[in-house]
Amino acid sequence: MSATPMIEVENLTKRYGGRAAVRDLTFTVQRGEIVGFLGQNGAGKTTTMRMLSCFMPATSGTARVAGFDVFTQADEVRRRIGYMPEGNPLHLDMRVREYLKFRARLKGLSVARSRERVDIVTEQCGLGDVANKVIGTLSGGYRQRVGLADALVHEPELIILDEPTKNLDAHLTRAVRQLIKDVSKDRTVFISSHLLPEVELTCTRVIIIHQGAIRESGTLDELQRKMSAGQQVIAELSAPVPDLREAWEHMAEVEHFDIAAAEGSFHRCSLTPRAGVDLRPKIFELAKSRGWQLRELTRTRHSLEDIFVHVTKRDQEET
Amino acid sequence: MQPFLTLVRRELGICYVSLIGYVIIAAVQFLLGLSFVIVLRALVNKPFDTPVTEAFFNNGLFWLVMLLAPPIITMRTFALEKYSGTYETLMTAPVGDFQVVLAKFTGALCFFMSAWLPLLAYPFLLKRFSVDLSVVDTGAVGGTFVGIFLFGALYISLGCFASSLTRNQIIAAMNAFVLGLGLFLLSYLTFIIPPKPGWQSVVLQHVSMIEHMKDFTRGIVDTRQVVFYVSLTALFLFLTLKVVESRRWK
Repeated sequence: MSATPMIEVENLTKRYGGRAAVRDLTFTVQRGEIVGFLGQNGAGKTTTMRMLSCFMPATSGTARVAGFDVFTQADEVRRRIGYMPEGNPLHLDMRVREYLKFRARLKGLSVARSRERVDIVTEQCGLGDVANKVIGTLSGGYRQRVGLADALVHEPELIILDEPTKNLDAHLTRAVRQLIKDVSKDRTVFISSHLLPEVELTCTRVIIIHQGAIRESGTLDELQRKMSAGQQVIAELSAPVPDLREAWEHMAEVEHFDIAAAEGSFHRCSLTPRAGVDLRPKIFELAKSRGWQLRELTRTRHSLEDIFVHVTKRDQEET
Repeated sequence: MQPFLTLVRRELGICYVSLIGYVIIAAVQFLLGLSFVIVLRALVNKPFDTPVTEAFFNNGLFWLVMLLAPPIITMRTFALEKYSGTYETLMTAPVGDFQVVLAKFTGALCFFMSAWLPLLAYPFLLKRFSVDLSVVDTGAVGGTFVGIFLFGALYISLGCFASSLTRNQIIAAMNAFVLGLGLFLLSYLTFIIPPKPGWQSVVLQHVSMIEHMKDFTRGIVDTRQVVFYVSLTALFLFLTLKVVESRRWK
């Protein structure tokens, strides 16, 4: 493995007419990562992927795949990527094996090598039973596998999948997801999706794009940590309300609080901290020093969905 | 080279595996057979001084095939790929734009020529059943095929160009037909405008496809005409290439 990152994108911009579909995108994907590219419909995911796969050039900025520029060294880049476009277009009149062989030959594999590789990917993607069937007669799940097999057939270093589980039922989604995990063991994967669980389950890192620009990026944990800062802390304490009120009012880090009665002698306090401090240790110390019983102390944790909604909502408010 | 051959094979595969390919071949055979019968009848009734090949091309059915078949063969080439989205998988494979254009053109042209192949049987039939052995001249038959090939190449390249402009096959076929018909109808200008000294008449003479084909069917292959067809074919292939590349400018 060499040290050059798999994908390096710098200030990538794509305009259609006057409208920018992608604005000033900068990110890096290291080798071996599975990166999820998350955004709403029309956020610029497909445009970015098309630029990375050399289908169309950027208006400005640069993108490199394995160190090769996607515009000036397109052939080198194309040899190194397996790209499955949105909607997984296939030649519906061809048979599965025939199609994969055609694609392998098109990508420059020799006759013997293409036969060998087609056997391998057919096996890998579970297409053995349908290898001689016409693609047009296959179900969506199998077609998706054919698309994936096509992306894998020339042993690319990077796989770019645009919405790989679109329009699949839950069962098939799971199967395809597992397949992606299996194939990602020895290569880099860049997946776009508007489905959060998808990314949450398969990816090691997430890039959230909104209205053509990157809003957040990091591992799932990092994002959660980032989001949790400034989030509410819930504490259930057994203490009289005036005491609690007095305690919170004197705690400088608490910006806002709510007290509600809970079962027994307990009260449920929702505390919003000032400037992103973690209130939990302080509350614990307080309860210990005052001799209050503490039965719950949690910070609201965010699912990727919350993060996503939060990030995109913040943007909408700004614009 | 390998991707090019793979693509040509794929193009031919579509034609020979699908029903539409055989429908085209059958229609062409029907029309050619019909014009053969017409020529035969004329031959039986009275002897004529023009070569049989010329008589064959002089009847309208020949031109019907020439003008109708290429748009139908080529309408699919780019339009269907764009419509189904496979254009994206094709263009992101390590294949040059020029290779794609040339492969689609070559595939369509090979199919077009193969639809004409049964025509080769007609001279043999004529020879076999005719008392006058000089009725068919090998040179004239060869010339006719050269003419068909050159004309076909031009109209196939034009069809590819029309197909690259749209994602709708019907529109592609219509555009190709109208463009092709327009080009062909230039021939009639020589009939409408009386010949007079000056360059205008010479130009009209040189763009008249009917005149060209008349020469070809007599067995005359004139380099000027070859240059005319080859350069126009190259022009339309060049335009197709530019349209294919245009996704980079947008």
